[in-house]
Amino acid sequence: MSDQDFEISFPSDTVKGQEVQERIINAMDANGFSDKDVFGMRLALEEALVNAIKHGNGMDPNKEVHVTCQVDDIQTRITIRDEGTGFNPSDVPDPTDEDNLEKPGGRGIMLMKAFMTEVSYSEDGNEVLLVKEREVETAEEG
Amino acid sequence: MSAGSTRRVEVEEVGDVSVARFVDKKILDETNIQIIGNQLVALVDEDGRKKIVLDFSNVEYLSSAALSKLLILEKKSKAAGAKLRFCGIRPDILQIFTLTKLNKLFDIYDSEDQALEGL
Repeated sequence: MSDQDFEISFPSDTVKGQEVQERIINAMDANGFSDKDVFGMRLALEEALVNAIKHGNGMDPNKEVHVTCQVDDIQTRITIRDEGTGFNPSDVPDPTDEDNLEKPGGRGIMLMKAFMTEVSYSEDGNEVLLVKEREVETAEEG
Repeated sequence: MSAGSTRRVEVEEVGDVSVARFVDKKILDETNIQIIGNQLVALVDEDGRKKIVLDFSNVEYLSSAALSKLLILEKKSKAAGAKLRFCGIRPDILQIFTLTKLNKLFDIYDSEDQALEGL
């Protein structure tokens, strides 16, 4: 376990979610992840935390969001669990389908998957695992 | 503008085109996205602007909630007969539009000059 690893539970509040997001980003910075990796994680965290707070917990201040964060110099591993009833990710329609293109919503999961190395849901659908492996930088030394 | 809401989009008139620039670098926060969405839609609904260029040069982060607001703006513009173009989207952000295939739906230009040309 590194110094930056932590577990935290907080009420369904997007401001609290932002604070946790910053803590994870700082941990990635401290472990030397690239700007590109951090960009992807920030996007994925935003989507996952908003999903947990809004859709999972329905903004209910009596319900909490539970986050674990493990960061080392190889990967960042985050779990985000809400206290909602969960959902089936495969029920979410493909937002890039011609019929859905103009509809607002439904793009969060897709963006998470695009920017993360791994995104998986618990069987209950109320916990998401986000894994970002450090990308090997090819150029731009110094 | 209603009391208490900070202006999150700055608008400059260039000829007969309204160039709207985002104030924020991160369009992530739910409250901000709501305010931004309202201010953008007001350009069409309240101000009746017919030619709008939305300049993203300042924007470093964008969430799917922000995309939803842009889609609403696109629909409102179309319904009102207004022309809407986007410009100055940095590569990271452009990737979000490409992945979601929204680059097909929105009229996207590299620079503000290009977006203004022929509008």
